[in-house]
Amino acid sequence: MPSENRSEWLGGGAKPLWAAFALLVVCCVLFLTLNVRGDWQFVLTLRLTKLAALLLAAYAVSVSTVLFQTLTNNPILTPSILGFDSLYIFLQTLMVFALGGIGYTALPPLGKFGFEVLMMLGGSLLLFYTLMKQGGRDLTRMILIGVVFGIFFRSISALLQRMIDPEEFIAAQANMFASFNTLNTDLVGIGLAVAALSAVALARERHRLDVLLLGRSQAVNLGIAYSRLSLRLLLWVAVLVAVSTAVVGPVSFFGLLTAALANYFSPTVRHAVRLPTAFCIGGILLIGGQTLFEHLLGMQGVLSAVVEFAGGFVFLYLIFRKKR
Amino acid sequence: MFTKRLLSLNLAAVAALAVLSAVSLSVGVADFQWRKLLEFSDDLQLMWVSRLPRTLAVVLTGASMAVAGMIMQILMRNRFVEPSMVGASQSAALGLLLMALFVPSAALMVKMSVSALAALAGMLVFMALIRRLPPSAQLMVPLVGIIFGGIIESATLFLAYENDMLQMLSVWQQGDFSGVLLGRYELLWLTGILALAAYLIADQLTILGLGETVSVNLGLNYRTVLWAGLVIVALITSLVVVTVGNIPFIGLVVPNIISRLMGDRLRQSLPAVALTGAALVLLCDIAGRLIVYPFEIPVSTVFGVLGTVLFLWLLLRKPAHAV
Repeated sequence: MPSENRSEWLGGGAKPLWAAFALLVVCCVLFLTLNVRGDWQFVLTLRLTKLAALLLAAYAVSVSTVLFQTLTNNPILTPSILGFDSLYIFLQTLMVFALGGIGYTALPPLGKFGFEVLMMLGGSLLLFYTLMKQGGRDLTRMILIGVVFGIFFRSISALLQRMIDPEEFIAAQANMFASFNTLNTDLVGIGLAVAALSAVALARERHRLDVLLLGRSQAVNLGIAYSRLSLRLLLWVAVLVAVSTAVVGPVSFFGLLTAALANYFSPTVRHAVRLPTAFCIGGILLIGGQTLFEHLLGMQGVLSAVVEFAGGFVFLYLIFRKKR
Repeated sequence: MFTKRLLSLNLAAVAALAVLSAVSLSVGVADFQWRKLLEFSDDLQLMWVSRLPRTLAVVLTGASMAVAGMIMQILMRNRFVEPSMVGASQSAALGLLLMALFVPSAALMVKMSVSALAALAGMLVFMALIRRLPPSAQLMVPLVGIIFGGIIESATLFLAYENDMLQMLSVWQQGDFSGVLLGRYELLWLTGILALAAYLIADQLTILGLGETVSVNLGLNYRTVLWAGLVIVALITSLVVVTVGNIPFIGLVVPNIISRLMGDRLRQSLPAVALTGAALVLLCDIAGRLIVYPFEIPVSTVFGVLGTVLFLWLLLRKPAHAV
């Protein structure tokens, strides 16, 4: 997370960002302290791990979505709508299928994650270029193909999961079905390191990212190495999707929701403001939502359904608004 | 020439269906030999109570879902829609869940009817929604439909989760024929009757597909036929959802394949649509029984892979002149 304290980074009017950041801090504090009964140390340790995982997920999802929208120059596209999450789940399932559940869990987590990220990169590039080649001019066709690819990856994962020996499947299950409640906390350490790396790398790219918003020909005119930059960005998108899917599982519309809200509230399109704003909004949604549902309403599995529901509406709204 | 091709296509489909049915009747976990059928043994019992009902259920489901998809595509004048892409299947499941929540003691027929009404309502909301799209946005319709269905599904999931009914819901959402026994699938015969009803009004539906202006000009009672088509689709969808569960993509890929081969004159193409749908689903059901023998894989999972591959092929190929 790029901590911003040098005001010349921000340009004018970063007020909404600070407001969002303050709200995020409030949500985090509430998440940690509400309804604590019994041993404070134990509860805090547990909740801090969860908080780190949720923050990581919020960062990975929102940043990858904003990057992807910059890359494709389109406020409707997100990696998960185009099937990137399902691709990750498919690759995971394929690994369990090939190695067996026991063999899969015996792999060292760092090496396993590294390998997954590599596979994910290859897969994402293939998928992305297929989509671009097929529907570069016809956006609807491209989105639809992406959505159907997502359904295809999910179907084939389901099929493979049925073919894995049930005993072995249980061993791998914990890794494969994460959600906002059953977080995969083993990977938080690795994920945080990856997120920190990406934050540094992207902070250095921020001006180039702004130039990308002018469109391809303008960016090339202004001296951007377009193909290399897009490849780098796509790489970060794939890595971040892998991180978020590994930690919280696939999220269809969460990214779209945060990016749309960030675009709405952010006073400037500059990435130095928009990326942190998206992250803060994502964090508020996830941590605030989880605090609300888990600690106040006692309904655990609701958040993802609510996010899905709201995100679906936002998606339809964006489509219909664009058409008019 | 054309009728010859039609005849050969239908004959091929009938032959495939016959072979697949024979295979379907002889595949399963229990021991079974054809020649023992004549000896009034357990094998006859097995055939009568389990194997035959299952095969019939698959055939009826495949045929009627394919027909429902074809009608849907004609009504909406869009090649990329089917009941699970216009919110019908998801609304049917929502209707069933609401009945299970509030009137659990209602008769099956009442639950069925409410579910059909819900499917109809879902379709009508969807049609009102896409009326705002320009007619040129052909591919927008299935995209909005998938998201629309997803929204309804997540609402249903939320309700089920809150009331500990997830298992019940998954039975409706995941089509599976492993639970089909004598006395537990007979509702599906109604889908066969509905598919026949669609065949009776095939010519009217074909004219309707030419658009409102043309059909009114030709003296067609547009509204009545439209409603008849919608009601048939809603009933077939809810019947299938309540007895075996939802199987997406049948109604999408089968009509597309048949239309490319023989055009959209329903009076000619509906039988082929029904036969091909039945044969494809039967093939997937047999595959689901054999892949991890002696265990089973639900047909919706197997068909999900086949259906999405076919759908991707439809989307990725060069756009035909009339898509």
